[in-house]
Amino acid sequence: MSKIKHHLNDALLMSYAAGSLPEAFGLVVATHISMCDDCRARLGAFEAVGGAMLDDVATSQDVDLKATLALIEKGPKAPIRVDVTKLGLFPSALQDYVGGDLDAVKWRAVGMGVRQAILPTSKDASVRLLHIPAGCAVPDHGHRGTELTLVLQGAFKDEFDRFGPGDLEIATEEDVHTPVAEEGVDCICLAATDAPLKFRGLVQRIAQPFLRI
Amino acid sequence: STKEQEDLRLVECVLLIRDAQDKAAFAEVFRRFAPRVKAYLIKSGSDASMAEECAQDVMATLWHKAHLFDPTRASVSTWVFTIARNRRIDMIRKQRRPEPDELTWGPEPEPNAADVMELQQESNRLVQALSELPDKQRDLIQKAYFGDLTHSEIADETGLPLGTIKSRIRLALEKLRHAMK
Ligand SMILES: [Zn+2]
Ligand SMILES: [Zn+2]
Repeated sequence: MSKIKHHLNDALLMSYAAGSLPEAFGLVVATHISMCDDCRARLGAFEAVGGAMLDDVATSQDVDLKATLALIEKGPKAPIRVDVTKLGLFPSALQDYVGGDLDAVKWRAVGMGVRQAILPTSKDASVRLLHIPAGCAVPDHGHRGTELTLVLQGAFKDEFDRFGPGDLEIATEEDVHTPVAEEGVDCICLAATDAPLKFRGLVQRIAQPFLRI
Repeated sequence: STKEQEDLRLVECVLLIRDAQDKAAFAEVFRRFAPRVKAYLIKSGSDASMAEECAQDVMATLWHKAHLFDPTRASVSTWVFTIARNRRIDMIRKQRRPEPDELTWGPEPEPNAADVMELQQESNRLVQALSELPDKQRDLIQKAYFGDLTHSEIADETGLPLGTIKSRIRLALEKLRHAMK
């Protein structure tokens, strides 16, 4: 996918490389990188910084080599597996959370034709799949923290730009927007937030606790 | 430089572990990294006994995953760092770590020696450049990598000199893609 225009920023890549990103954000990052070689190479560079930090750390304590060799004799704890791209719309990182591809998603209606499926992660942030019918809008909202929205299928436009397959929108506290799915194909996104959204409409504000947005 | 020779020797050791289950080569890699992994885990908030257990586990994982190491895409330090980081997320943060799909079924069995050399050299230049950063910036990067900064505390413009190493990794990725066709 060479047409990706909107990428991960340095802060997210460094945090993911360091291993301190909330799991929900990590899933969006891993999914984007599965679709984007540019960010994969940038991640490699940020991991190299981690390697340099490890090289540089002051050491005082030894580790037991004999015990480690005994551990090796026992064989790997879990089978060594490598995530290779599975066929389907979703990269395998995402398929692991869904329990399959698009046809395995358990959608729930959230109103105005939009459907969502919340994926299980640690509680410091949340991530969901969104299905926005072609031509429909997600209600306008602001953000209390950071919101990452990755397009998997179709495209949406908001006040800032157009986002197509593989594109990632990073929205922060200052941004208020109304994403609208383009005509044609329904839009499917993976969206993560580390704080609840701020809806402007009264109806959505009342519904919010029930929808867990 | 001697650092470069050391790094290339470490690559050789990992390949010896992969191809010959060479315990002497493993002991070399172990002496270099096991104490560093343990120190990294302690700095990241683990107590000494858990750090010992995890460090042993990380080094055993290195043995079992030696066939997945790609010296055209990472130095041994970088690779060990990623294994240690994943163990830390697993053991200390008790979270899953979503990983990007691999590009192929693994690295090429016989990586091109010149590519390996260049990647190791670039890694070395990065280490050099990092050591020349102002103390304040260096401390901040260390904090980030030991898990003390959140993504919103990390500035968007990190100012890290990542240019050449990024293009080396990009080149290695393109070669892998090409090899797959
Ligand atoms: Zn990207
Ligand atoms: Zn939003």
